[in-house]
Amino acid sequence: MEIDALARCFGTASCLVTQLTSGLIIGMLLFLIASGVTLIFGVLNIINFAHGSLYMAGAYAAWTLYQVTGSYFLSAAGAAAVVGILGVLFERLLMSRVYGSNVLMQLLVCYAVVLICDDLVKILWGPSYLSMGMPKEFRLPPYRIFGGVVPPFYLFMIVTAMAIGIVLWLVITRTRFGKIVRAAAINGPMVSALGIRVNLYYAAVFGLGSALAGVAGALAAPVRSLTPGMGFSILIESFIVTVIGGMGSIGGAFLASIILGMTRAFGSVGFPLFVDGVMFLMMALVLIFKPSGLFGRAQG
Amino acid sequence: MNKTFSRRRLIKAAGASAAVATAGFPAILKAQGGGTIKIGVPTILSGRVALLGTSSVGGLKTVFDKVNAAGGIGGKKIETVVRDSKGQPQEAAKVTRDLINNDGCQIIIDAEASSGAFAVHEVIREVGVLCIHTNSETTSLTADPKLHVPTAFRTARQGIHDAIGGGEYAARIAKAKNLKKWVTCSPDYAYGRSNTAEFMEYAKHFDGSIQVVEESWPKLFQPDYTEVVTKVLNAKADAMYSALWGGDLVSFIDQGNLYGLFDKLTCFMVNLGDYGVVDEVKQFPEGVHSGGRYNRTVPATPENEAWYQDYVKINKSKPTNWSWENAVAAQMLVEALTKTAGDTNGKKLAEVIKGMTIKSPWGADGTLTMRAEDNTLINYIIGYGLSQPKEPFISAFQSSNWQAILELEKQWKKKQGYA
Repeated sequence: MEIDALARCFGTASCLVTQLTSGLIIGMLLFLIASGVTLIFGVLNIINFAHGSLYMAGAYAAWTLYQVTGSYFLSAAGAAAVVGILGVLFERLLMSRVYGSNVLMQLLVCYAVVLICDDLVKILWGPSYLSMGMPKEFRLPPYRIFGGVVPPFYLFMIVTAMAIGIVLWLVITRTRFGKIVRAAAINGPMVSALGIRVNLYYAAVFGLGSALAGVAGALAAPVRSLTPGMGFSILIESFIVTVIGGMGSIGGAFLASIILGMTRAFGSVGFPLFVDGVMFLMMALVLIFKPSGLFGRAQG
Repeated sequence: MNKTFSRRRLIKAAGASAAVATAGFPAILKAQGGGTIKIGVPTILSGRVALLGTSSVGGLKTVFDKVNAAGGIGGKKIETVVRDSKGQPQEAAKVTRDLINNDGCQIIIDAEASSGAFAVHEVIREVGVLCIHTNSETTSLTADPKLHVPTAFRTARQGIHDAIGGGEYAARIAKAKNLKKWVTCSPDYAYGRSNTAEFMEYAKHFDGSIQVVEESWPKLFQPDYTEVVTKVLNAKADAMYSALWGGDLVSFIDQGNLYGLFDKLTCFMVNLGDYGVVDEVKQFPEGVHSGGRYNRTVPATPENEAWYQDYVKINKSKPTNWSWENAVAAQMLVEALTKTAGDTNGKKLAEVIKGMTIKSPWGADGTLTMRAEDNTLINYIIGYGLSQPKEPFISAFQSSNWQAILELEKQWKKKQGYA
């Protein structure tokens, strides 16, 4: 434990700014992935264990589109669209067949998809790592805020993720689409009885959740090397976020992502050897004292 | 039930027999009768460090392909059986057992990283076949007498050698540029820990004013280094040493560039100069002190250039540090097998390889020696140069003196209780 280093950091504006933005960067990327997981669970009541593969697909799609178009913004938007479509296909062709089945069957289908995706990436892009590099638009010197260092790309990443979060919240709470989705989450057969094609909405939600993973992959591509299986480690962290925030809660995912991001950022200064331990400890405490998560609905 | 032996069944049976006769029997005979020398290669072929496996196999091919084209060893062709351990120690041990027990491999070339090499080492202790570790640089693997396995050798460069050579170089730069406060950032496993500790020990040995003010230990294959980069920046140090490698190093550089990390510190990165990293990093940092892993211009000899061209022609990619280490293993193995007339007995091969000296483009004086006392390679080129974004990617390379390395290594071994 290096608590004195942590105290010094809290007392220094430059360190505080740098670590705070560092926490936001980590948290916002996690939020984009976890919000997809939690959205799909909230509406369809299934845990998409293949969500990390959709994140990986987003990163590879962005890399490829960037090679072709040379435009990062176009490649990020394209990656979201491609992964959204892949998500719809995944839901229609596979997941829709195991709705209502036991969780092991759903897990098996997702695991099969993970393995297939990893092998497909190896075949299409090769087994070695790839790097997109920083797009030209963001090859700028970092901003200095109170002596702290904030890279322009990370600022873009934070703003984009927050904007997506707000739009997502508005769509779910303020639009007709959102109302139907929320209604379908509570009682699908009743919504169907009213003449609404619920399956279409299920596919749309799955596609939306997948597109969020695609955006996260595209945002990660310039700063993380791309490898087959890259979605696995981030999936574990996004599940921790979902459990702490509450399964099905977008607001909970947002808060938990920031908590986790800050834990990583300040933990690396104060307790570098126990950062992962603290994250799992927080999850365990939530499961013991509030099993439905910070913002989750209590079961039954 | 149809008891008649119809014409169609007769044709099928005859066809099947013919197929077995032409394809199956020779394969079975080869496996049993010693028509080939089978060499098992456990390595990493997937994930962020797949390049370790692919470029290791590439290095082996530069030697074995030529031997096979010339008729093999005493008429026996060399066949490599490559298996992916995914970098997991338990998988590396399992794969090695499978290679020996199920695939019939008589020799193991262990192209694992340190994470898997120790597991392979223990399997070799049990089975006694000849094994050459080609990629693990963790010093204790061959330096610690408690771990000694008589039939296990290492052609990989060794952490302590790089540490002494690199430490001396770093201390020289530190004195000239007044670099007192250092941070380290290396992967959190055997290689990263030992390599960094040894490097800093010798940097301090040659310059007593150096102090380490911050250490970061990101996990192997960690996707995000943001908190590590910011922690390094917050330490406000003069210099940084890093033993990150492969895709991890690429991610670290991409993320470090965002913060202008390489402009703020004098950086020493032992694994930066490898082509696998150089080719993938889009904003290659300039002026970083980089270890000489493999470079076609180090040494700038016709032999090294010829091997580089050969490698590129065979593999359609550039070689890495792992490629030459594996090529050396293959070369020593071929010489040993030639001397034993193709006998793959572990003890016999070990006797021949112990103390063997071969001519090599990567020898400091044109030769490499498998030191008999601890079964490890010495006399390979060690040194540091400055990174640059264009070919040859490393300039002003300075070689380390092997006599000084061996002297200090002896003292270090005594201190560790290894000698």
